[in-house]
Amino acid sequence: MAERIEIMHEKNMQKETSKQLVLGMVVKVLVYAFLILMGVIVLFPFYWMLNSSLKTLTEYRLSVPTFFPRQVMFSNYAEAFQAASLGRLFLNTMIVGLVSTILSLVITILSAFAFARLEFKGKNILFAGLLATMMIPGELFTITNYTTVTNFGWINTYTVLIVPFLVSVFYIYLLRQNFLQIPNELYLAAKVDGTSDFKYLCKVMIPLSLPTLISITILKMMGAWNSYIWPRLVANDAKHRMVTNGLRNAFRDTTGDVNYPVQMAAVALVSAPLFLVFIFLRKYIMKGVSRSGIKG
Amino acid sequence: MANSMVESRHPWKAWIYLSPALVLLLVFTVWPIINTVRMAFLVDYSGLKAVGGMTFKFGIGNFSKVLKYKKFIQCMKNTVIICFITVPVSTMLALLISVALNSIKGLQKFLQTVFFLPYVTNSIAIGMVFAAMFNIVGSFYGTENELIVTAGIINNVIEFFGGKPVNWINYGSTYAANITVMVIYIVWNALPFKILILLGGLQSVNKQYYDAAKVDGTSRRRIFTRITVPLLSPMIAYVVITGFIGGFKEYTSIVGIFGESMGPADNAGRLNTMVGFIYDSLASNNQGRASAAALILFGLILIVTLLQLYVSKKRVHY
Repeated sequence: MAERIEIMHEKNMQKETSKQLVLGMVVKVLVYAFLILMGVIVLFPFYWMLNSSLKTLTEYRLSVPTFFPRQVMFSNYAEAFQAASLGRLFLNTMIVGLVSTILSLVITILSAFAFARLEFKGKNILFAGLLATMMIPGELFTITNYTTVTNFGWINTYTVLIVPFLVSVFYIYLLRQNFLQIPNELYLAAKVDGTSDFKYLCKVMIPLSLPTLISITILKMMGAWNSYIWPRLVANDAKHRMVTNGLRNAFRDTTGDVNYPVQMAAVALVSAPLFLVFIFLRKYIMKGVSRSGIKG
Repeated sequence: MANSMVESRHPWKAWIYLSPALVLLLVFTVWPIINTVRMAFLVDYSGLKAVGGMTFKFGIGNFSKVLKYKKFIQCMKNTVIICFITVPVSTMLALLISVALNSIKGLQKFLQTVFFLPYVTNSIAIGMVFAAMFNIVGSFYGTENELIVTAGIINNVIEFFGGKPVNWINYGSTYAANITVMVIYIVWNALPFKILILLGGLQSVNKQYYDAAKVDGTSRRRIFTRITVPLLSPMIAYVVITGFIGGFKEYTSIVGIFGESMGPADNAGRLNTMVGFIYDSLASNNQGRASAAALILFGLILIVTLLQLYVSKKRVHY
């Protein structure tokens, strides 16, 4: 009798576990289905951009869409490159991006070093004050800065695109935290050896915080690539126009009867550098972004 | 101790290291704060008129005018609607995706990369892609001399499932349709950052909690609401607050879809936001009005942030 009960119990248990197994499988399938569906939705705009950019206008305008171009039109890309004068836009953006990144790195490193390693009166108050300015939306600064740069005679120059944004309190904060993690003993040892502060900064601190510096570089370059509002306000001439602005300018109409294949080719060309950077430097981008909470 | 001994001989040294940053901050950050507050309280201040020698009365005239201005109210309405729909929707979706991603092994890295892709985009450029997906080429009502052309891929999909095509962003489209498109685009854009943060949080949660729950036979839903969400609450609070701050400053994604007219062809400016209002005022040389609007924006962001910090202090489990 007791044996029987035990066997029945065991059978029940087996039933239970197999039931759980099946349930687990179902849940797993559902989870994958959900993720893949969301992934497809997320990727769809990119696919549609590429698909549309390779079609002829007639094919794009078919009332039943084709999901792969019948006739692959690489010429759309050449046309887009010309129509938006992308060459010039890329060049301008590269100049602004590179110069502002280099200068910004120098300024950030010097300030972060002062805040992390040097002693001076009012250090903590000054640092807290800087952090407080991060709360203020950028638009508040733009109103006055627009007047300031006009008075400086900087309108329609590279300077106006570079100088006002060289200092980022956030980058200083990020790098200072990194510098603080480097043990103080190293600094004191260097002092005893008679190494100057500047030499120590270049030989020890910068190499040790290279990952943070790379993150800052990428975020800054992406910022230049994506900036739109300020360049439109202060440097919207053909000679200095940057890529986002130029794209919007070259294709003013988004609705109605637009030559979408060429427009999408231009969009793809503008997006390509960002994707290339992402593919090669994914780790640094994700690390930098997760600490920043800012978009480009 | 030794540190200060070494440095006390050269207290000016730190200031040399700091000088480039401080000079730039004084000109482009500190002065603007002072000047913007000044202009906001000078009634009808205009840079052009000030150069011409005009003086302005001190008062709160700019604020009361801005708040009575219909255009501003519309901008504020748009901003608030977009914020209060996109932040909860994107946070919920991001939470679901992160939890799902965290529970799988195969394909995790790959899918993680896929979900991060929208982050590395230019919001104007991809906005143009979204516009193309929603745009109808030709007459929506199909008058006889109009060519029948594409209704946009989204409408094609809707028709495929037996629905009726919608005029999303074209001439004569409704406000609700416009907002829907904006919400879809902004949520798509906001997901990567939120997933990155929430997944990072999930991966650092101690596995012991889940093992204990498994031993107790706790149901999946209970695990989610009683373990995952509470342990993740600091990250959730973080993405909600940054989401609101970003949402209040929404501007470029609307330019991406609607162009600088900020609305469908028959109703320019309908979807303008607070940031857009500030720039419009600036462009028409109304610095007083722009400054007042910027301070109102700052005030709103501050209030929402403090409110959320207050709420999360009570509800967030650290």
